[in-house]
Amino acid sequence: MCAADFVLYEEEFKHLEEALRRLRQEANAKAVFLIDKNGQQIASAGEVEQFDTTSLASLTAGNVAATDGLAKLIGEREFSVLFHEGQQDHIHISIVAKRAILVVIFDDRSSLGLVRLRVKRANVDLEKIFEVMLQKGERGPQGAAAHASPFSEITDDDIDALFGE
Amino acid sequence: MTFINYASKEINCKIVYYGPGLCGKTTNLQYIYNKTAPESKGKMISLATEADRTLFFDFLPLDLGSIRGFTTRFHLYTVPGQVFYDASRKLILKGVDGVIFVADSQQERMEANIESIRNLEQNLKEHGFDLATVPYALQFNKRDIPNVIPVDEMYRTLNYKREPTFEAVATTGVGVFDTLKSVAKQILIELKKR
Repeated sequence: MCAADFVLYEEEFKHLEEALRRLRQEANAKAVFLIDKNGQQIASAGEVEQFDTTSLASLTAGNVAATDGLAKLIGEREFSVLFHEGQQDHIHISIVAKRAILVVIFDDRSSLGLVRLRVKRANVDLEKIFEVMLQKGERGPQGAAAHASPFSEITDDDIDALFGE
Repeated sequence: MTFINYASKEINCKIVYYGPGLCGKTTNLQYIYNKTAPESKGKMISLATEADRTLFFDFLPLDLGSIRGFTTRFHLYTVPGQVFYDASRKLILKGVDGVIFVADSQQERMEANIESIRNLEQNLKEHGFDLATVPYALQFNKRDIPNVIPVDEMYRTLNYKREPTFEAVATTGVGVFDTLKSVAKQILIELKKR
């Protein structure tokens, strides 16, 4: 059996976006992304259109997974922050609520110190939102009264139609 | 672990291509990439060595269209097949929704196939998955090469749970989409059950 699904509802999505927008503004960053540890993008804020966000999410998750593996090899639980310094743009990567990855892309209009400070603050907000999300996810779509699961109704025809059969 | 986003109305699933070194996992993805309309696919990423061997993973995001108003998106990954990349292989299986095992039909690769399925079973277990229940398909690749092992013999040796099995020639695309569809369908049926 697969692990529990990761379910994101409209309300928490809005809260996450709001937290990311605030972080982007306060850290003076170009863009901010929140990514699932499995490589799926959850939410973003800022100048995201200039990035290939799907590739960014997948590569970041790969990067974090590889770094986690390295940490365990030397007996550390995790490396909670990664920083990549470029000539113009830099990437700050950190873990939120153990299951998501927060990516901040910034240039010389900001600084590593400022980004680290604001990320720490944003983490507190994001963790609270994740807690609510997880509780709702555990209760299942039925538990979240406003949403009936659309998938229990999927028919074989729906699935076949997807493959153009 | 399927990611269901009610806000953007998307279902995201992860399919991993597994198998021994040089069995054709990357070739499967390349064929899918080449044959998919530009609007339905993202960029294909290959983290490979200079000799074009997969170092970490290949990645291809694929939109299959909409089901009950939800955009259905599959993220296809391959693992590095070479035995000594086991640590990386394990990482890619994290959060997997379905697995395609690509077996090499050549006689001399049969041992490698068997070893790789054992490795898959073990690595899935470490992530809390069970090969017996995870959506799964088996592909016998390279059927165009002379002196390949007969299909029924391969089936007897490699079959794990009577999973759907496909003969393939990934270089020309034979069986490539059939294998993918089979696992994608199993994933959606799983989703329906929950």
